[in-house]
Amino acid sequence: MSMAQPAGPAVTTPPDPGRKETDGRTARRPLALRVLARPEVGVFLGAVAVFVFFLAVAPSVRSGSSMATVLYQSSTIGIMALPVALLMIGGEFDLSSGVAVITSALTASMLSYQLTMNVWTGVIVALALSLGIGAFNGWMMVKTGLPSFLVTLGTFLILQGVNLAVTKLITGNVATDDISTMDGFDQAKAIFASSFDVGGVQVKITVVWWLVFAAIATWVLLRTKYGNWIFAVGGNQDSARAVGVPVTFTKITLFMTVGFGAWFVGMHQLFSFNTVQSGEGVGQELIYIAAAVIGGCLLTGGYGSAIGPVFGAFMFGMVNQGIVYAGWNPDWFKAFLGVMLLGATLINLWVRRTATRR
Amino acid sequence: MDRTFHPRSRKVAPLVAMAAASALLIAGCSSNSGGKKSEEGEAGASAGKANTPRMTIALVTHQSPGDTFWDIVRKGAQAAAAKDNIKLIYSADPNAGSQANLVQNAIDQKVDGIAITLAKPDALKDVVNKAKAANIPVVGLNSGVSEWQKLGLMEFFGQDETVAGEALGKRLNEAGAKKAVCVIQEQGNIGLTQRCDGVAKTFSGSVETLNVNGTDMPSVKSTITAKLKQDSAIDYVVTLGAPFALTATQSVSDAGSKAKVATFDLNKDLTGAISKGTIEFAVDQQPYLQGYLAIDSLWLYKSNGNYSGGGEQPVLTGPAFVDKSNVDAVARFAAKGTR
Repeated sequence: MSMAQPAGPAVTTPPDPGRKETDGRTARRPLALRVLARPEVGVFLGAVAVFVFFLAVAPSVRSGSSMATVLYQSSTIGIMALPVALLMIGGEFDLSSGVAVITSALTASMLSYQLTMNVWTGVIVALALSLGIGAFNGWMMVKTGLPSFLVTLGTFLILQGVNLAVTKLITGNVATDDISTMDGFDQAKAIFASSFDVGGVQVKITVVWWLVFAAIATWVLLRTKYGNWIFAVGGNQDSARAVGVPVTFTKITLFMTVGFGAWFVGMHQLFSFNTVQSGEGVGQELIYIAAAVIGGCLLTGGYGSAIGPVFGAFMFGMVNQGIVYAGWNPDWFKAFLGVMLLGATLINLWVRRTATRR
Repeated sequence: MDRTFHPRSRKVAPLVAMAAASALLIAGCSSNSGGKKSEEGEAGASAGKANTPRMTIALVTHQSPGDTFWDIVRKGAQAAAAKDNIKLIYSADPNAGSQANLVQNAIDQKVDGIAITLAKPDALKDVVNKAKAANIPVVGLNSGVSEWQKLGLMEFFGQDETVAGEALGKRLNEAGAKKAVCVIQEQGNIGLTQRCDGVAKTFSGSVETLNVNGTDMPSVKSTITAKLKQDSAIDYVVTLGAPFALTATQSVSDAGSKAKVATFDLNKDLTGAISKGTIEFAVDQQPYLQGYLAIDSLWLYKSNGNYSGGGEQPVLTGPAFVDKSNVDAVARFAAKGTR
């Protein structure tokens, strides 16, 4: 493959500082507008608005431990929203990501339990399986040319059925057995589901992983060749291929990244709750996608960031928990959630429009 | 010969490596505690086998996939079917219209009897009439205690959700509770709402409901935590399903709350939590009994013309309380996933 420098889209690369010919047409816009044009700014403002709103209406949000709860909820969504966002920037999406989390947790739990092995065996096999499911999604999509919507809808249904049938077949029940007394459990729990103390507040370790993954994703997206490939295949697949971007490789690895995220969140659930019910996870894929979209990723691909979905997930967690902290009538719960999210998305949209208008 | 042999040997190498690796894994990574090895093998309930002619009975429920509760109902039905020389056809769909279609499907198959749940009675009215027109006896179980007679079902096996809620509310009074939160894991499910309403009816303290997203455990956990932090006066968390009770205990410790946890329904992890004292008690409607009795009653009707409850009264399977005093007797059955 002759490797020309791929055509990264203009949104991520800072404008060329060559300002010799200032005829007005290429004049640099004011700093404020340039900042506002970044994909994550709208959602950042939305998140701040939601945060301030709940600080005002719900007194119990103001404590550190309440914030830890909000961040925990955000992190379990956010860890998956990150790879889902990367995939979306690459122009595809994955409907199987919600049940894939449960598939991974079920695999790790049942393998360890049924063979009475150290839980790490299950954890590693589950990782291989999750990456495999991702690779299958990507490969199937690239090879058949079918839209990712269809391919992953198929995988979604397959996994949903397999989760249930295989669990029932192996354990005789529809939930897995408790693995909390098995060897390696405590180590694994320390990594995937422990919490630590910050100034008297118990913070869940998933919050740290979430931010670490976000930092890695940002670096990959903005500073590596692979990051440019992601934008290129999402922007225009054919031109990307024409300039030598390995489209197939990029897409398959993006799906595998989603598999990795599913594995991680699945392990968190397993080691946090000791058992897994096989019917869980359905509907979560839409929440991940929502967090990514609110975070400024376009459904059409080629535009977005990794830090945006962090705020998107935070906003989701904030609204979700804020309603409870505010003590509002629970019958309206989902409706509140929808209105707040729609409102935040509109702010996001408005900021982007205003900022990119000349 | 040579040509076929060569690629094969190349394929064998990784296989050998994998086999060796897995042997090593099994030898080196086995767990010394917990796991399948520590599980005791116990045979299920068995009461011999009837010599009546083989018949076919359909059980159609509103189960959503992968729910532990319904799995126990199904096991009870299977045990009765095995004993009564019955071929059991089990099907389920949470969508009322689809459930009605499944009942129609059973009628088309000319089964000898149908057992249904009445989560959404109106949607099932027509198919129940069709079954009666086809001379197929229909019994109800689990949900629909106030509706089964109106629809003209023969018998009903289950618990009155409101009565069960009321029983739990009284129990909270005995425990001296002041403020309870009732956690609903599926918004809009009538049976769950009735339970919370029943609690509110008899409980002398105040009770609030809290909706959580039952398909996402981390979200359930943090939502209950948030509620406990928002209102530190809450001293009892009431959940409506066993897995949510276990999660609620984590929320209680996360929130640094002193609230106790009580729940409806049972599973094997829950019995452990009750004997450890992390969960106070569970109201058990005995799902195994519901499945078992529904199937067995159809057999009794077909082979001896009997009606349980005389066609007038429902047969109640709950509320039965499981707490520290009787949990040991229940635990060994729960471990098999039948109680």
